[in-house]
Amino acid sequence: MTAQLVIFLVLAAIAVAGAVSVILQREPIHSAISLIAVMIALAGLFLLLGSEFIAAVQIIVYAGAIMVLFVFVIMLLNAGTEERTNMSRMARYAGVPLAIFFLIELAYQIGAATLSMTPQPTGEGVTHGLSMLLFQNFVFPFELTSILILIAILGALVLAQRSEGVPAKRGQE
Amino acid sequence: MNDVMHSVLIVYLIKVVVLLFLVLTAVAYLVWFERKVAAHIQGRWGPYRVGPHGLLQPLADGIKFLLKEDTTPLGADRWLYFTAPLITMTLAISAIAMIPFGPAYVHILGVATPLVVANTNVGLLVIFAMTSIGVYGVALAGWSSNSKYSLLGGLRSSAQMISYELSLTLSVVGILLLTGTFNLSEIIMRQDGYTWGALPKWNLLNPTFPQILGFFCYFVAAIAETNRAPFDLAEAESEIVAGYHTEYSSFKFAMFFLGEYASMITVACLASILFLGGWLSPFPHTDAMDWTLYIPAGVLVAAGVALIIDGLGHREFYARMVLPLLGLILGALGFLCSRPGVINDIQGPFWFLTKVLLVLFVYVWVRWTLPRFRYDQLMRFGWKVLFPVALLNVVLTSLAVVMHK
Repeated sequence: MTAQLVIFLVLAAIAVAGAVSVILQREPIHSAISLIAVMIALAGLFLLLGSEFIAAVQIIVYAGAIMVLFVFVIMLLNAGTEERTNMSRMARYAGVPLAIFFLIELAYQIGAATLSMTPQPTGEGVTHGLSMLLFQNFVFPFELTSILILIAILGALVLAQRSEGVPAKRGQE
Repeated sequence: MNDVMHSVLIVYLIKVVVLLFLVLTAVAYLVWFERKVAAHIQGRWGPYRVGPHGLLQPLADGIKFLLKEDTTPLGADRWLYFTAPLITMTLAISAIAMIPFGPAYVHILGVATPLVVANTNVGLLVIFAMTSIGVYGVALAGWSSNSKYSLLGGLRSSAQMISYELSLTLSVVGILLLTGTFNLSEIIMRQDGYTWGALPKWNLLNPTFPQILGFFCYFVAAIAETNRAPFDLAEAESEIVAGYHTEYSSFKFAMFFLGEYASMITVACLASILFLGGWLSPFPHTDAMDWTLYIPAGVLVAAGVALIIDGLGHREFYARMVLPLLGLILGALGFLCSRPGVINDIQGPFWFLTKVLLVLFVYVWVRWTLPRFRYDQLMRFGWKVLFPVALLNVVLTSLAVVMHK
């Protein structure tokens, strides 16, 4: 039990430190890498909960597929170092109180929740149960989500495509 | 209880160390193997100076890597520049921990343990997770070097790896449909049996739906995923010097090198597990086929005899001594493999390694046969040919599985 607690604390510390570092880094690529570290630490937490499948999928989908696109775009645009600005008036008077409010709210809710959950048994059952839920009980929302994603992809394509007939402006190539 | 836990931990540690040693040796000699095959394809001799038949060439190369000056380009992102090769090498080597080498259990310190370091239920997914993170090694190396060739190489290869990862994963879905598990050992076990008593039920020749399309997609996508010719656009030397590792030297370069060859081994192991029946022998286990149990011993003895004959023909005293000695050792090993206590245990690893070696040979063969693709051809092929074919394979296999039920 203690070994699990130690592993949990290490992973949680990495996740929190990574999340803070995402905001504080000035190089966009360093932020992206911090985010990858958060994803991998989260995968470790899933593993600790006995869900091998979710852990692997977390790494493949988030750390592997989505963050690669982030890094790719940052590299492609060669995004430069961010400049530090003082907080805008909006952030100072509305953002900070809201952030503090939500932090307290979250801490309260987690404190109030009963911490009696036990890890589910590992093995084939988890993958099987998950697919049963996705493809039997919740097949309609699942399919709806895929159609939504498809529409989003098509929308991105339309937006990104240069309209035909209009020549590109000189100097923008 | 505590004692058992301790010895289990120690057994795992021993397995990890042994595997690490084996993988690093295998990588070193894979480089030698590739240079030899390439040379013979082109009518040359290949490495021949360092040791008999150039057998000590990997050692010489390793020392050379260690002794070269380790440079960091001006304006490089030092931290990432250092981390990128580490990511590539670590992930490539640790993926091999999922590979089962045989069905037998070995006894270490009184604990029976299978021939695999990490026998997880989602082994296949873990390997794909490792390959999908492996992109970062290349991408970050390209970005952090502060050099345009590196950046171009890194961009190219990350685009290529994202594109081909899709086909790689899709090509395996057929196997999952047929076997219904992510566990690599179980995937092998489900391929046991023979159609018409002779044809093995490997997934490549599965009676429900042969995964020939799947194997083709897997192999092509795997070559692209490991950045090997004819898809080695990431390091196309005629266009962008050496791509993402242009600025790397010394041991950091060696790490990329190790990573590339280690992932070649992983991909070949996976090909043999998923499509070629892993450790299963191609011959049925009937009494009439009992002689096939002696094939491993026979191969080892034949190799030993060949080494002795070759070694005695050498002019240098050193080679005349070492090669026959190696031959004798191989012969003794072969004799040991024909003993009743060992003969059954040696079958699994022998057939597995034979299949892996065969896949690796084709891998090297392809590299020295086909010219490099152009970048637009690469992308068009990946998205407009390979991806639809992999998808078609998924559709056909699921149809066949449903019809068969």
